[in-house]
Amino acid sequence: MNAQKKYGMSIDVDRCTGCGSCMVACAVENNIPPAHAGANDRNGLTWIRVYKVDNGEDYPGKRSAFIPVLCQQCGEHTPCASVCPQQAVDVDPRTGIVGQMPERCLGCRYCMAACPYHARYFNWWDPRWPAGMEKTLNPDVAPRMRGVVEKCNFCHGRWHAAKQKAAAAGKSEIEPGDYVPACVEACPTGAIRFGDLNDPSNDLRHPDSFRLLKKLGTDPKIYYRSKRDWVRNVAQASRPVSSQKEASHG
Amino acid sequence: MANNLIARGLKRCSTRRFLLWIAPWAALLAFGLYSAGLCLVEGLNQTNMDNRFAFGLWIFLDLTVIALGAGAFFTGFLLYILKVDELRAVINSAVVIGLVCYSGAVAVLMVDVGQPLRAWFTFWYPNVHSMLTEVTFCITCYLTVLFIEYLPIVLKNRKLREIPTFLVFEFELHKLIYVLAGVGTFLSFFHQGSLGGLYGVLRGRPFAFREGLAVWPSTFFLFIISAAAVGPSFVLLTTWLVEKISRKPLVRPAVLELLGRISGLLLAVYVLAKTVDTLVWINRTSPESGFPAAQYYSWRPFGTWILFAEIVLFGLVPALIMLTPRLRAHTGWLVSAAAMACCGVALNRFVQTIQTLALPTLSFDKFLSYYPSWQEVGTFLAVVAYGALVYSFSFRYFQLFPEERERYQI
Repeated sequence: MNAQKKYGMSIDVDRCTGCGSCMVACAVENNIPPAHAGANDRNGLTWIRVYKVDNGEDYPGKRSAFIPVLCQQCGEHTPCASVCPQQAVDVDPRTGIVGQMPERCLGCRYCMAACPYHARYFNWWDPRWPAGMEKTLNPDVAPRMRGVVEKCNFCHGRWHAAKQKAAAAGKSEIEPGDYVPACVEACPTGAIRFGDLNDPSNDLRHPDSFRLLKKLGTDPKIYYRSKRDWVRNVAQASRPVSSQKEASHG
Repeated sequence: MANNLIARGLKRCSTRRFLLWIAPWAALLAFGLYSAGLCLVEGLNQTNMDNRFAFGLWIFLDLTVIALGAGAFFTGFLLYILKVDELRAVINSAVVIGLVCYSGAVAVLMVDVGQPLRAWFTFWYPNVHSMLTEVTFCITCYLTVLFIEYLPIVLKNRKLREIPTFLVFEFELHKLIYVLAGVGTFLSFFHQGSLGGLYGVLRGRPFAFREGLAVWPSTFFLFIISAAAVGPSFVLLTTWLVEKISRKPLVRPAVLELLGRISGLLLAVYVLAKTVDTLVWINRTSPESGFPAAQYYSWRPFGTWILFAEIVLFGLVPALIMLTPRLRAHTGWLVSAAAMACCGVALNRFVQTIQTLALPTLSFDKFLSYYPSWQEVGTFLAVVAYGALVYSFSFRYFQLFPEERERYQI
């Protein structure tokens, strides 16, 4: 019998340069249609939103950081899963990954209202790829239609591929190196790491790490790290810090 | 021809005048249907909602009209179950109001979802933990009840009564009215509550999240009480408006006063419960989620004034007016208080839906704003026009106020 996994991520905010490679890699891997320049939350789609924050000081004391926010794969009282009226959202007990079934989604967007991270996205428009670009579509991931919700699923297509590879080799467990989400692979500074949180050999849950909105009690599985106090304070402040800049959006 | 359909003994305006009255509503409905059609054909990109403001004007409208339409079930409950016989004078009108409100809300919900053709999935793959599942089941069932309750009103029409089968059917339906009232009350208690629970269960939205009893957050109970409180107020307000527009006395002033007294009493209970709930939320629920409640009111325009308006201005004040016999006896005060109560419930639903989504949860996120598109406003107006038209036709051709004949002759 397969051991139960609890996949999670560690994002080192001090290493993130806000380049957006993770967003692009995610879009390409998961067949998210390309958005035009200046796209916003209404006409663009991305499963990772990179926020730019600063310490609120003026030059020369001003310091900035980038915080990528994706689905936090909540493990307890999963806000989106409990509210979906037709079970289009579930938490896979084998992996801990919060899955979304667009084929069953009604498009009521209740899950989006429930998500405190704004990490769920609605297809307001028909997905369109410029002529010729449809050849780049990933055959392992089904594009979603207009009127349904989608979100990060830790590149579920890659998980299936890793499972198939393991099965072909006669193994019941996948090799950790065979299942790596696209954003982790693409990050040029190695700021994003991925693995099984139940595996004590990795240090995804470093003592220095913190989680966003941990107090809500939803057990998010994305751990953030920073050695800078102001970053930790901004990310965990109990009240919104109004001096922060608007989210950058690719 | 049309005048043959008007009940004997009732006086209604000429067909020409009636057409002039309904023409602007019909035009508004046509515009609204065009707006809604655009949203259905082109998609929800016609709205100004986005990935962070995923609910908007329509959800506010749904919650508000369903609260206002609560007069149907609550009047039925008082009349048929608790035997408050004076309310027979407004029960037909209350049923029409309920039907209009609920059918309008369901129609808008169908436009508001991205895949309306998948609505049946909720019945096929129901998530029993979701408040929306409960809302969908109860509203669908209750709308069916309302249609059945509306049938006897239609079948009493002068022309339809000439068909013996309809007469027998209407007579048989009347035997069921007590069962229907009971079923309607049961269903309404649940879906009014579930609508409150929709937001109360949102752990990820500490502004809306509430503790409660078992699986039901406190908003579940607050929505039931507030809906039961404003339902009679809306019936009162509508009756007064129809009296003014038609220039006919339709019910005895004592009936309006009774509606006001019921509304005032329940509103007072609601204000008390809401106050306790707010204090618990400020001092315990919200801080435990890591959010000091005061911060919610630091985002303009949502200052503490909104809390004051909701509880005192549109809650306590109309409750006191309607509970004071001297003020209640004065139509001006009574109608104003009923209007204030209706405004209060609309404000409460606005706070639950719009303010909840506007407030940031991530400490580095920004305050979100949203303005509805003309297609959203058009669809909203279609519901108003639809309501005005259904009520106008019902008032003209069916006997909504049984006391009207005698009152008019006086």
